[in-house]
Amino acid sequence: MLTISAELRAKILAHARADHPDEACGVIAGPAGGNRPERFIPMLNAERSPTFYRFDSLEQLRVWREMDDRGEEPVVIYHSHTATEAYPSRTDISYASEPGAHYVLVSTREPDLEEFRSFRILDGEVTEEDVTVAPE
Amino acid sequence: MAIEVRIPTILRSYTGGQKSVECSGATLEELFADLDGRYEGLRERLVDDSGVRRFVNVYLNDEDVRFLGGLSASVRDGDTVTVLPAVAGGAR
Repeated sequence: MLTISAELRAKILAHARADHPDEACGVIAGPAGGNRPERFIPMLNAERSPTFYRFDSLEQLRVWREMDDRGEEPVVIYHSHTATEAYPSRTDISYASEPGAHYVLVSTREPDLEEFRSFRILDGEVTEEDVTVAPE
Repeated sequence: MAIEVRIPTILRSYTGGQKSVECSGATLEELFADLDGRYEGLRERLVDDSGVRRFVNVYLNDEDVRFLGGLSASVRDGDTVTVLPAVAGGAR
């Protein structure tokens, strides 16, 4: 289960809307082992594509080092699909490399519809999980 | 000669859970050969026929080795090599 604040959930959705029609992507860091997303880190999509995303390699190094220095880990890794459902694609599954992360997918295919779902991806297997939006 | 190699979470099963190991070599190629000698099978996760795998980021200190000649990049005593699987995906 992913527990996330309304504020952080809204930030992810806003980022996805702002970058539409390109895919948006980012991380929410939290204390290592705590399973609590706390620090919102939107990332550049180096691919700038409506169908693919990739973190810029040097930005990823900087962010990963910073998390390490702060005793954090990537609790949420999010990205958006701009014309398809908010479900991990074959590519999403094959590149998922943070076994402890909650993979959040949003879809911006419909302007008036919010699609926000969370998944665990381990050893090539996808499991959808409930999202609990915590009060402030 | 001591070069620190920082290992991402997903590959720590190869190093007995260690997040940082020490290796030697004059180039990244040699370093990875040394790494594989100590932690069998790890090199194959990092390298394929065309060099460093496309969705694996390897950094020498603060630089991406893609811009330093990939596997032929020179490494020196005291350098840190960091491996991070690329975070990527998409609808396609």
